[in-house]
Amino acid sequence: MVPKNSKRVTIITGHYGSGKTEFAVNYAIKLRQISPKVTLGDLDIVNVYFRSRERKKELEEMGIHVVSSSLEGDSVDIPAVAAIASPVKDKSTKYLVDLGGNDVGTMVLGRLKPLLDSEETDFFMVVNVNRPDTSSPEGILQEMKSLEDASGLRVTGFINNTNLIRETTVEDITMGDKILKEASRLSGVPIKYTTYVEEVVKDIENFPDDLGGELFPLKFYMRKDWM
Amino acid sequence: MAKVLMKGNEAIGKAAIEAGCKFFFGYPITPQSELPEYLSDELPKVGGTFVQAESELAAINMVYGAAAAGARVLTSSSSPGLALKQEGIGYITNADLPAVVVNMMRGGPGLGTIQPGQADYHMCVKGGSNGDYHNIVLAPASVQEAVDMVMDAFDLADFYRTPVIILSDGLIGQMMEPVEFNYSPKKELPSKDAWALKGKGNGEKHMIVNLNMDAEDCENHNIALQKKYDVIEADEQSWEEYCMDDAEYAFVSYGTSSRIVKSSVDTLRAAGYKVGLIRPKTLYPFPVNAFQRDNIKKYLDVEMSMGQMADDVKLACNDKNKVVFYGRTGGIILTPEEVVEFGKSVMGGDK
Repeated sequence: MVPKNSKRVTIITGHYGSGKTEFAVNYAIKLRQISPKVTLGDLDIVNVYFRSRERKKELEEMGIHVVSSSLEGDSVDIPAVAAIASPVKDKSTKYLVDLGGNDVGTMVLGRLKPLLDSEETDFFMVVNVNRPDTSSPEGILQEMKSLEDASGLRVTGFINNTNLIRETTVEDITMGDKILKEASRLSGVPIKYTTYVEEVVKDIENFPDDLGGELFPLKFYMRKDWM
Repeated sequence: MAKVLMKGNEAIGKAAIEAGCKFFFGYPITPQSELPEYLSDELPKVGGTFVQAESELAAINMVYGAAAAGARVLTSSSSPGLALKQEGIGYITNADLPAVVVNMMRGGPGLGTIQPGQADYHMCVKGGSNGDYHNIVLAPASVQEAVDMVMDAFDLADFYRTPVIILSDGLIGQMMEPVEFNYSPKKELPSKDAWALKGKGNGEKHMIVNLNMDAEDCENHNIALQKKYDVIEADEQSWEEYCMDDAEYAFVSYGTSSRIVKSSVDTLRAAGYKVGLIRPKTLYPFPVNAFQRDNIKKYLDVEMSMGQMADDVKLACNDKNKVVFYGRTGGIILTPEEVVEFGKSVMGGDK
């Protein structure tokens, strides 16, 4: 499902609360299954809650190298991001970058941008149509523009991550697909994946055949059972 | 209205607007800053006013002013910020004014940490300001419940003319959950025209007073306040019971820790333990009516603090020997596993 020939550097961006980190962690794990070397960069300098580095131990055990702030600590949210550049230069690793939310979350890319080769970089925007600010094609495109303006990168693919956590239904995701397809039509940006959480959405045979992108099953890695 | 996915902090902001709140005065602090951030965008769109004050002290006194003028008004902060607001909360309480205060608790004391905590129970439930007073304190355990409680809080504040505190924590503030907003007042609310400072015109003179020149007047005012608290204690207790029908042991837990305890109850029930959960939804008034049970051998109080609500459980069940405590603090979130272990240690080994 994650193609072997995926771009070497994949940057995950999106509106805050769109589900970037859960997607990024799942994507990194799938990437590791087909790639000998995977690095996950947690570049969230916006919010110290629910960051992928909380799962550093589990990810490292799966053979995924996790880089984050060079100053460790649960409460640290200063952008001490010295370690994040070397995986861009190290051509032997696939590099997945998990940004903080919104346009401010992309600021940290200023450190990486001069090193990035657009030929080998994807910039994916995660969209949850159940988030109020990205509930319409116009809202999605406005958010995309603010992410592109702040980062100086062009979004190369949408991820339909429409969900209501444990209440998500096939209908919700299909509704998200419809709205995101319109944003895709207006912008020319393709939908790369449509996600669903395996333990929540069990009737995937009811998805329409023309769902945008590839189906991408997720597991909850960030959200504990009682959340 | 269809459900949307919102972060606790944002959802509380939207709930306030839905309940007719037009004024917010506050000062940013992690982990509640998304709440003022959200309202700074959204309040002007509904003709409201958002002010980031120069400090928490200024903010709470702006709340005092807006409340005196009869407005629905909100402020929010997190633990050390709420400590700064205590003087103003006492003044607003003494002046019989309605206001809603949100506390997204973090680890303490002092500046502590920015991770979730529940160690402000004493400050908010017992009262961190001076004098004989209480505030109604509501403790949500989900984003939806936070939304519903914020809406109720505005009604309770207006009905009783008192500050109402939403005592939540950083996890609920930061967590995304599906929510819907359906506000309708549950009480018949008296008009504020009889006391609010709206400009005298040809009407009666209104005064909002904090300083009493006479001790007897002050005592009489305290007696009147106490009568109000008697009604609140009789009418407003609220709690949830989970697996309590045949329970011989009862966990007691609120807010985020009650979610963890609930999953531990499931694990312990599956292992054959007759255990349930009493989850206070109101902390003041404390739901003493939930603890009038002879069949409970032990109450297992679980908090993300060093044990603050435990004292109220002892008073409510009227037997301090029946209450045992387990907690983590400083920003550490309990795990279901350690709560299960605690349960087994109290109830006796494997079944």
